[in-house]
Parts: sequence; C-alpha cells; structure tokens
Amino acid sequence: MSIARDIMTIVGVSAGVFFFLAGTIGLLRFPDTLTRLHALTKADNLGLGLVVLGLLPQAGSVRDGLKLISIWMFALLAGATVSQLIARTARQRGPFT
Amino acid sequence: MTEFLTGAVGLILAILALGLVSILRGPGDADRMMAAQLIGTAGIAVLLLLGAVTGVPTAVDVALILALLATFASIAFVKKGLSRLDTDGPG
Amino acid sequence: MSIATLFEIVLAAVVLGLAIWTITVSETYSAAVGFVAYGLLVALIWVRLDAVDVAMTEAAIGGGLGGIVLLGAAARLRESEAMTAERPGRVVRLCAAALSASIAMVLAVAVLILPDPAPTLAPTVISNAGATGLANPVTNVLMAFRAMDTMLEKVVLMLAIVGVWSLASDQAWGGRPGPRHEADPNGVLAFLARLTPPAGIVIGIYLLWTGADHPGGAFQGGAVLASMWLLVIMAGLADTPPVSSRSLRLILVAGPGVFLVVGLGGLCFGPAFLAYPVAFAKPLILGIEVAMTLTIAATLALLLAGAPERSATR
Repeated sequence: MSIARDIMTIVGVSAGVFFFLAGTIGLLRFPDTLTRLHALTKADNLGLGLVVLGLLPQAGSVRDGLKLISIWMFALLAGATVSQLIARTARQRGPFT
Repeated sequence: MTEFLTGAVGLILAILALGLVSILRGPGDADRMMAAQLIGTAGIAVLLLLGAVTGVPTAVDVALILALLATFASIAFVKKGLSRLDTDGPG
Repeated sequence: MSIATLFEIVLAAVVLGLAIWTITVSETYSAAVGFVAYGLLVALIWVRLDAVDVAMTEAAIGGGLGGIVLLGAAARLRESEAMTAERPGRVVRLCAAALSASIAMVLAVAVLILPDPAPTLAPTVISNAGATGLANPVTNVLMAFRAMDTMLEKVVLMLAIVGVWSLASDQAWGGRPGPRHEADPNGVLAFLARLTPPAGIVIGIYLLWTGADHPGGAFQGGAVLASMWLLVIMAGLADTPPVSSRSLRLILVAGPGVFLVVGLGGLCFGPAFLAYPVAFAKPLILGIEVAMTLTIAATLALLLAGAPERSATR
C-alpha cells in the first residue's frame, strides 16, 4: 500500500514541478504584461494543485489533508481575483508605465 | 522518498528564483507586482513540501497564512495609495 | 554534499540575491516590491530553522500588512519623487557606505565569537513547561516566564496608536480614521472581500487556539484578523469606526488591561506580580491571550488606517 502511495506522490509532485517550470518559461518567453500574467497565474496554480494532490497520500490525518486542500483553494481564489485586478490596472496604465 | 521531495523543493526554489529574475526586471510595475503572486504559489508549494520533508507539520500553517495574505501586496498595488479603486467593475 | 545542504544553499542564494537587488534598485516603488517579496521568502528560512512562530509573524507582517504600508506610501510618494530627486554628495554616500560596512562587520564578529554551544535557556524552558500546562515553549516564554516583556509590548502598541491619532487635526478629532474607501460593490475586490474574511476569521481563531501547544498565538492570530478587517475596509464594504467610540477604545485597552489586572492579582493573592496560581495558569493565560488578540487585531488595523480625518457622521 505504501508503495502505491509513494508512486502517487512522485507522479503528483513531478507533474507539479513541471507546471511550475512551464509557468516560469512563459514568464521568460512571453512578450508583454498580460500574457506573462496569464502564464504565471494559470500554470502556477495548477502546479500547486498537483503538488497538493501528490502530498495528500502523505498526510497523516483527514484534517491535515483538508488543510492542504483549503490552502490550494485560497491560492486559487487569490490568483483568480488578483490577476484580474493587476491586469486591469496594467491595461489602464499601458504596458510601460 | 525524503530525497525525492527535497529535490523537488530545490527545483521549485530554483524555478522561483528564475521567475523572480524575469519579473523584477520589469519593465512595468505590474510585472514587478507579479513577484508577490509568484511567491504566493511557488512559496506555498515549497512550504508544503518542506513540511512533509522535515517533519515540521506546522509549516503547513505558515503556508495557510501566506495563502491568505500574499494577495495584500497586490491589492495595495491596484489601489495606488488612493481611496478610490477605478479599475474595478465590469469592463 | 547532501541534497538538503544543496537546497539550503539555493534558498540562501535566492534571498541574498533579492536583498541585494532591493538595495541597489533606484526606484522607491520597485524597492518596496522587492522588500515585500523578501519578507515572504524570509519566512521560508525561518521554517527551515525550525522557528515556525517567527515564520508566521514574518509572513503576516512582512508580507501582508507591511506590504500595504510600504506600497501605499511608495505610490503616494511617486509624484513628489520626480521633483525632489537630488542625489546626495559623494561624501555623504561614502560615509553611509562606511557606516553600513562597519555595522555589518560588528554583527559578523559578534556572531563568530559566540561560544559553541551558544548559551541557552532552552532546556530550562522545556523542563518547566509542566508549570503552565502549555506545550508550546514560545508561548510559555511569552505568556509566563517573560510575561512582563509581553505586557509592556502591548503597552507600546497602545502608545503607537496614540501617536498616530495625535496627528489628527482639531476638527477631525473623534472622527473616522483614514479616507472612506470606495470600490464597485459588484467588482472583483468586493468579491474577494466578501469571500475571504469568514474563512480568515476562522484561521485567525485557529492560530490563537493552536498557539497553546503548537506554533501560533495571539500576535499571529491578531495579525490575520486585522488583515481581514482591513480587506473589508479597503473594498469599501465597511467604514472605520470613529475613534471616539467607547467600545473601540475598550477593545484597544483590553489586552494590556486584562494583563495588568491578572498581574496585580498575582501581587495581591500570590507571591509576585504576574505570578499565576498553578491550578488556574492555563485558563488565565488563555483569557489574557483572547483579550490580547482582539487588541492586536484592532490596533494593527487602525495603525494602517491612519489618523482620524473625517467627522463621524459623514
């Protein structure tokens, strides 16, 4: 049983790291503010979700697992709302101010 | 298992550093503001993994605080020190 | 070299690099952004050092509340910065560099000449933990073994709010602190401010409660509660209370007040100031902590809101 859980952790965390990497490559390669914001908030939140998914089998209790999931929910909520606000501010001011 | 998770922490940190370099270079304030957002997600991932690696389960509570409060810097940015927020609403 | 050491080197390099960038960048606003990011990252180092209590405070103050103060100030200063930009002379800059370098050197020497192992009271704290019934050594030190320091700290917080309020003009005295924030009630910010606080309040109370046995406590819980209140204020959903409000003032003095009463009780009925009777140590400490959490939450939020500037009726 423990091997199955470890495999799930390895797969989940590896996939999470991959999406963090994808997000950062987007940051480096995309040309302007809005596309970079897109790369950052979407890919990183997915990466965090996969890391949480990978860590769930290692959680000691149901309570710890629920805490992990609620942290991801907060990050999702924050990412979604704040990226909206930043994007509107960036568009209003123009890309180079 | 521990080695794998520690390696993953190191990798995410290195990715975070790379992202920080790209973000802080600018050109605009909006780009720089993404730093808080980047640490808000990658930093939380690092903390969660650290909690699993080092057996400090309370690291998860720090991640909880970060998840709640990492947005505040960005809110301060969009408010520009003013009381009105004119970039809100439909549009 | 083990993989854990490698991770520590990467972490230290990232934080050092960010710190150097923050110092060398010329624009105030960029430096403020760098400093907020730095505060969030330093929390990771504290976790790595097993100082989780400090990590929580750093994440809440350095990353969250400090970010609002610094970025708000930098945004307001931006207009005037262009006009008053004058570069300090070569002598001033050399003196500043010499001063900074010597302070860094003194700190480095002080760290290097520490005896090994460093003098510590940690074993004494651990062996006396049974006296209070609390398992978190940090809470034991803050609330029992060095309770006097913590009480005076709360008095300092009260003095800070008195200092901020004393900046009010005569007409505005007794009015509401800070500007009235406005935002679209159906907008994104208002959405965030409606959704987050219920969960945030639960987390603040959780941090206070878990502080007895695990990292956390009154300050961390209070800081989270303060930021939730500020979020609602900044989204324009609620207004700051007028400073003449009696209930507000009661909350502001509740922390140090309850602390003082318990301390004097120890002097009257027990052996010394702030001596808790062993049977009631835990309930007394919890009572003080609840009062302190309310005080800290109200004080931190009002410190960030600013001086009274509008009449209470408007």
